[in-house]
Amino acid sequence: MIPELGHFALILAVLVALVQGVLPLIGAQRRDATLMALAKPAIRTQFLLIAFAFGCLMYSFATSDFSVANVAEHSNTQLPMRYRIAATWGSHEGSLLLWALMLAGWGAAVSLRSRNLPDVLLSRVIAVMGLVSVGFLSFLLFTSNPFLRLMPAAAEGQDLNPLLQDPGMVIHPPMLYMGYVGFSIAFAFAIAALLGGRLDATWARWSRPWTTAAWSFLTIGIALGSWWSYYVLGWGGWWFWDPVENASFMPWLVGTALLHSLAVTEKRGTFKNWTVLLAIVAFSLSLMGTFLVRSGVLTSVHAFATDPARGVFILIFLAIVIGGSLTLYAIRAGAVGGGAAFAMISRESMLLANNVLLVVACASVVLGTLYPLFLDALNLGKLSVGPPYFEAVFFPLMAPLVFLMGIGPLASWRQVKLPDLATRLKWAFMVAAVTSVLLPFTFGHWSPLVALGLFLGLWVVAATITAIWQRLSRAPQQGLAAKLAANSAAWYGMLLAHMGIAVFVIGVTLVKGYGVEQNVPLDVGQGVTIGVDTFTFRGVAPITGPNYQGLAGVVEVSRNGKVVETLRPEKRAYNSGMTMTDAAIDYGFFGDRYVSLGEPITDKGDSGAWSLRVYVKPFVDWIWGGAFLMAMGGFIAMSDRRYRLAVKQSLAGLAGARAA
Amino acid sequence: MKSLRFVLPLAVFLLLIGFLYVGLYRDPREVPSPLVNKPAPAFSLAQLDDPAKKLGPADMKGQVWLLNVWASWCVSCREEHPLLVQLAQANIVPVIGLNYKDTNALGKKWLADNGDPYKLSVVDADGRVGIDLGVYGVPETFVVDKSGVIRYKQIGPITAEALQQKILPLVRELQKS
Repeated sequence: MIPELGHFALILAVLVALVQGVLPLIGAQRRDATLMALAKPAIRTQFLLIAFAFGCLMYSFATSDFSVANVAEHSNTQLPMRYRIAATWGSHEGSLLLWALMLAGWGAAVSLRSRNLPDVLLSRVIAVMGLVSVGFLSFLLFTSNPFLRLMPAAAEGQDLNPLLQDPGMVIHPPMLYMGYVGFSIAFAFAIAALLGGRLDATWARWSRPWTTAAWSFLTIGIALGSWWSYYVLGWGGWWFWDPVENASFMPWLVGTALLHSLAVTEKRGTFKNWTVLLAIVAFSLSLMGTFLVRSGVLTSVHAFATDPARGVFILIFLAIVIGGSLTLYAIRAGAVGGGAAFAMISRESMLLANNVLLVVACASVVLGTLYPLFLDALNLGKLSVGPPYFEAVFFPLMAPLVFLMGIGPLASWRQVKLPDLATRLKWAFMVAAVTSVLLPFTFGHWSPLVALGLFLGLWVVAATITAIWQRLSRAPQQGLAAKLAANSAAWYGMLLAHMGIAVFVIGVTLVKGYGVEQNVPLDVGQGVTIGVDTFTFRGVAPITGPNYQGLAGVVEVSRNGKVVETLRPEKRAYNSGMTMTDAAIDYGFFGDRYVSLGEPITDKGDSGAWSLRVYVKPFVDWIWGGAFLMAMGGFIAMSDRRYRLAVKQSLAGLAGARAA
Repeated sequence: MKSLRFVLPLAVFLLLIGFLYVGLYRDPREVPSPLVNKPAPAFSLAQLDDPAKKLGPADMKGQVWLLNVWASWCVSCREEHPLLVQLAQANIVPVIGLNYKDTNALGKKWLADNGDPYKLSVVDADGRVGIDLGVYGVPETFVVDKSGVIRYKQIGPITAEALQQKILPLVRELQKS
């Protein structure tokens, strides 16, 4: 009964979404207040219906209702409750339902938070989101119904993929989808602006906080995914440039460009066409990412081979949504217009450089990800594109970007004098340069790439501190607290996010430069020494989990003859038949000690020697710490008061102008 | 001319959609063998039934033949085995077995239990020839033409579909030439 209710709620939701997508749009065109007024109740109803459906699916998982095919395939009675709940979005169908829920959730949030938006704009925004929702919900209902019954019901479920039975995996997809789907708001605003032909600073101010929110969630989502692959996959890497990762990284790069371009549009009224295009592209890449992951066109053919309907459906959906909006762009972008002029060296030109670098970086990721597909489609052979390509292309693009990041916040709009900028930043430059040349010696060996990476990170830190110092020392207010309060939350958020990039760059540089990876065969009692730490293998012992059996190795870490830490890497055999390794990690501010269990290598079986992976990863946690700071910066920036006040003021301004 | 600039994103996207559509019907996991259309690597291996005698691709020159990589430990080999036995009964094309990383006793017992579809089998106990052939999954089947050139490679078990639609038409065509 419960699954049928969920199914029914989904059918109602698609009907409501259809109303939401069509009638307010007509209303906005005809200036019909009654039709436009449908937008808000429609999106809220749609959200409640999908939330209800989602709850029904979750209930089926929680109660292990194996008469639902989706539950039988992805859950098990031995699965702990928290993973049963998480299994709701662990399957193809469930994750799409989560996608639709997020989309409706963002839409409902817009309807609640935008009380001061003009009706015409709001109804168009909500209607565009409704149309996207129609596409997604029909995809769910026609090709990926999560509520399909299994006749006869299974006695026991097949269990959730063990790789997903992990706390990181429980929150990674919701965060990632919050980000992906959040770009739909910037997209909807862009389409609404193109339809209305009016695009100004107010428009940018409305869409900015939403874009920042989406970007922050996406940042957290990607970082969690990266962290998860680091500790679950057992080989100590944090980014592999595989198509699924790239699928999330592409919208992030364009989303970052969009954030900066929106700033220019808001402050200076420039970059209008470009901002609109970025908003369309960011969401298009989110959709394309979903297509790439869900259709199996790049990674796994089996998901698709069993059901060709899915791939074709998403492709048609993509063609309509993206093709339609780009057509609209081609027709209307000319009407939107350019903007105010700016000098060769100004904050605008630096943000333009930022945009160009980010978009080129994104294009190179798209090319690398799809290149095998292009070649295959043209019958030019099969190949795969790996990390060497991405690293070779990425570094030369990111280095100037990070360098500019130090200068940008100090540059003024319209025009800036280069000598003046140089005077203001010379100390930051010198401190960063000297430190980055000397610091590598404390780690042992010196290499130019490490010095360069450190320089970029330290440069951003030093330049950011300079920016804060100069802003505060010039502030007319008395007392530090008053000086601090004189600056906007958006400004602090921006600086914090830039600091996050610096922390990230330093982490990447040091782990690449000084990480040690050893794959060694160790007999019981034998040890291996890396730096100051000695890792001694003490054998393996059996362990039993709720739905798996396994072996836990014991590895003692000693320093100067004293045991400082005992690591227990595991190898688990799940009852569902899958095995996985679970690395043991001693996390630290200055680096991690990472041990994972390989295979037994003698004929004595488990009790003999084992191959072990012993890694020392200096500053690796700074990578995710940096990403976390970026996201925090985003959240602080979107809390800026002006986003709440601005709308009222501009309306008051309009009313005043009319009165005069 | 200025408005053409705004059409560019749409054009790029349409091109992309075209590629994605074609890509949907391709199998990204299918790895073509670099050996196809190259001469079969030369080897001369002991025969399973009579280790004193040897056989290699040179001995098969002048006829179209199949090389089937099998092992007694290979589970998927059991899947394709009935098809191979049928093929042998139809007497269309000689099949040479390559007993891969196996022991002679187990190999012989397996053929005795399941039927022997091979004209004869050769022994590749240490898998050296397997490396030359680029074997990465057992079973694998190669179609070799009269001049000793590999014309097709089937990775994994032969299916009835692959046999009817790819292997047999190719064999007939090669036998005519």
